[in-house]
Amino acid sequence: MRQRIGRWIIPVFGGLAFVYLLVPIAYIFAFSFNDAGRTNLVWRGFTLANWLDPCGAPQVCQSLVNSLQVSVAATLAATVLGTAIALGLVRYRFRFRNTADLLIILPLATPEVVLGASLLAQFLNLGWNLGFATVVIAHTVFCMAFVVVTVRARVAGLDPKLEEAASDLYASPLATFRKVTLPLLLPGIVAAALLSFAMSFDDFIITNFNSGSFDTFPKFIYVAATRGIPAQANVIGSSMFLLALCVVVTGQVISYRKRKALAAR
Amino acid sequence: MTAAPGLRGRHDAGRGRAPEGGPNPEEAAADKKRGRIGQLLVLPGFTFLLLFFAAPVVVLLAMSLYTKAPGAEIGQFEPALQFSNYAVVLREYWDVLVRSFAFALAATLAALLIGYPMAYLVAVRLRAHRLLQGILLVLLIAPFFSSFILRTQAWKQILADEGPVVGVLRALAVLPEDGRLTATAFAVVCGLTYNFLPFMTLPIYASLERLDTRLLEASGDLYASPMRTFRQVTLPLSMPGVFAGTLLTFIPASGDYVNAALLGNNRDTTMIGQVIDSRFFRVVDYPGAAALSFILMVAILVLVMAYIRRFGARNLF
Repeated sequence: MRQRIGRWIIPVFGGLAFVYLLVPIAYIFAFSFNDAGRTNLVWRGFTLANWLDPCGAPQVCQSLVNSLQVSVAATLAATVLGTAIALGLVRYRFRFRNTADLLIILPLATPEVVLGASLLAQFLNLGWNLGFATVVIAHTVFCMAFVVVTVRARVAGLDPKLEEAASDLYASPLATFRKVTLPLLLPGIVAAALLSFAMSFDDFIITNFNSGSFDTFPKFIYVAATRGIPAQANVIGSSMFLLALCVVVTGQVISYRKRKALAAR
Repeated sequence: MTAAPGLRGRHDAGRGRAPEGGPNPEEAAADKKRGRIGQLLVLPGFTFLLLFFAAPVVVLLAMSLYTKAPGAEIGQFEPALQFSNYAVVLREYWDVLVRSFAFALAATLAALLIGYPMAYLVAVRLRAHRLLQGILLVLLIAPFFSSFILRTQAWKQILADEGPVVGVLRALAVLPEDGRLTATAFAVVCGLTYNFLPFMTLPIYASLERLDTRLLEASGDLYASPMRTFRQVTLPLSMPGVFAGTLLTFIPASGDYVNAALLGNNRDTTMIGQVIDSRFFRVVDYPGAAALSFILMVAILVLVMAYIRRFGARNLF
């Protein structure tokens, strides 16, 4: 009898935890169909109007476009710089390597308020105007740390014999990198880029410190929260959720197929 | 590459460790060249971080010592070495600082208690069911796909006085008739727990996924009870994940202010992030805000270092 309970306690508890995890997401989704009017606080009846006119509320779509631009720019910068650092740190030894190592890990151990506040202090000090550029710079700092950590694990797991085989076959270092190293690292780099994009797109605290009057999607919602978030924000939030779900599921299916194909070979 | 095969072999042996002291000029030159490529790869990102991470922290430190000149306009400060800024903010916000760490600690423990069984369920129990495992793994990171602020706002509405949860709890007499959930410390800790849960579950999942289930069988064969197997086999092997997860939850939770701002009240749930934000933007007290940021940063580094020292750096990465 005790064994029985022991067997069931984890699935039941885990299942409840998954419900806890999904309740707010279901709530956001449900309230995107609310016939809300100005404030989306109580259920007033089902409507498709919000989904048919996602840009109906002022500023929602502009802030979304701003957010997408920031995330794409920051992800590109962080992925390129971070991948180069990961390669350099794992593959090569040089002076100041340990310093570089520490400098890259520290942003991860720094809370967002401090990152945001210190960058704001720096921008005030330099006399730069806050806006798109300062937000992209700020996002690149914390995304880069994630890229380095993710890609570095992949580089460390790479068999150096493969690259040696390529150079034994008279491939130039550049060709070796393009034809062997990069394809092997690609899954790690793509994962890092997706993670960066998600972190950047959803960031509020660092953005709030460094954006001035420039509105990103999270900042728009935060400001709107005091006087009522329009239902259109829920529509956009739900769509982004579905989109991300599609990307991840597609990725899983692809890797599953690959594994199956490899096993069949 | 023209190096002889044998030489290349030795080269690899040296990689990953300190270069061996072989007095081979050709090898030394190759090492030097490799070192230069490494530096070139790291240089752009390193420069970027120096400019936009290291330098800002130094600027923040300098700013925390600025002073306000008599008769200066709002937002005008002069460089100085006014160390009393620290004493002033520490005296005023000591309680808030302690509370922030207490909330972060409570949220980290709650996330561990909720997250570990989830990770265990997906990584170990469902190992034979590939499809279900895949679906739940996606759900594990699902909160990442939706907006942090929308989720927190959703919690605010779910826990609101006129919301479903409060109604049920009042009917069951768990909450008194005028009891509420929003604007309480409980709501803030719940929000923190919820929002940082994936940072806890993912590292634990990653270390449990590598767990060899034959070890669990062996332990059972040796008449260990399931509890004992968990304590002596599963838990020690998943410690790297627990270690990473607690750090990844605690650090952002202690500096967060969105949960406290949306789910808390203005009296006894204020967190340090809110204070830093309002010192910067509402009060326009840059030195005070900078001093508080710096105190927070150092406090976290000290706590993290103590934690790493206590539970071993071998669990890191």
